Amino acid sequence: MDATSQSEPAPLKNRTTAERTSDRELVVRRTFNAPPRIVFEAWTKPELFQRWWVPKSTGVTLLTCELDVRSGGNYRLVFAHGDSPPMEFFGRYIEVIPPSRIVWTNDEAGGAGPITTVTFEEKGSQTLLVIHDLYPSKEALEAALSSGACDAMPETLDQLDALLRV
Amino acid sequence: MVQFSKTGLDASFAALSDTTRRGVLEQLGRADASITDLAVKFDMTLTGMKKHVSVLERAGLVTTEKVGRVRTCKLGPRRLEDETAWIERYRQMWSARFDELDSVVEELKQKEMVNGCNKSE
Repeated sequence: MDATSQSEPAPLKNRTTAERTSDRELVVRRTFNAPPRIVFEAWTKPELFQRWWVPKSTGVTLLTCELDVRSGGNYRLVFAHGDSPPMEFFGRYIEVIPPSRIVWTNDEAGGAGPITTVTFEEKGSQTLLVIHDLYPSKEALEAALSSGACDAMPETLDQLDALLRV
Repeated sequence: MVQFSKTGLDASFAALSDTTRRGVLEQLGRADASITDLAVKFDMTLTGMKKHVSVLERAGLVTTEKVGRVRTCKLGPRRLEDETAWIERYRQMWSARFDELDSVVEELKQKEMVNGCNKSE
């Protein structure tokens, strides 16, 4: 089930898992075939970040990508999709510990958004990346689950894409 | 992953077309409740509330369970299916991102290997 990284050679594409781990939490896991410092670098340098954060398949364009990745720094992302109005996402980095941990807020939903923690764990020559979304309440997570509305970046993008495809 | 049959969707839309029934769903989102509780809350007869609940039940939006003389209502399995579908979409989104991140990571690794000739780990 979960991607244990034994000594076996890594497959071409590693599997991503996602699960709800409690009333308020969602967890995503993925292994990368590189040490944490490299994955961390790709996550924190804006010019690298914007190459992967928005998958081409979504048809979404990243208009603005401001990342001040340090404890207390802010981020702001603006996306465009076709003729629909641009969508803005912003928040603050609460904690940044290179190359192992980043914690940030998702403030565009006015307090209903999760606190996101990403950890980069060294596993031999690989990195186990874990994303942990902690919502302020069970209700906030349920609202995100049932509406898919602007609670966090991925689901909003996804929702946007799904809406426009209809 | 989860597909709704057309009849299932029709039943859902029909169930959701009524203000009281939407209110009942909202109420049950906060806490389970008996039909009597709901009837009082929405200021209607027990029979009237039973009808609303059975429409929601047929649509899979609510389940009821009778314990003794009390029939308790809670949000139904449709909600669970929605949750599963949502988490699967969420997973796919990250998966798509990470497949692209792989190529950025691979590029950085190559670069480091080239530079690595000049410096130790």
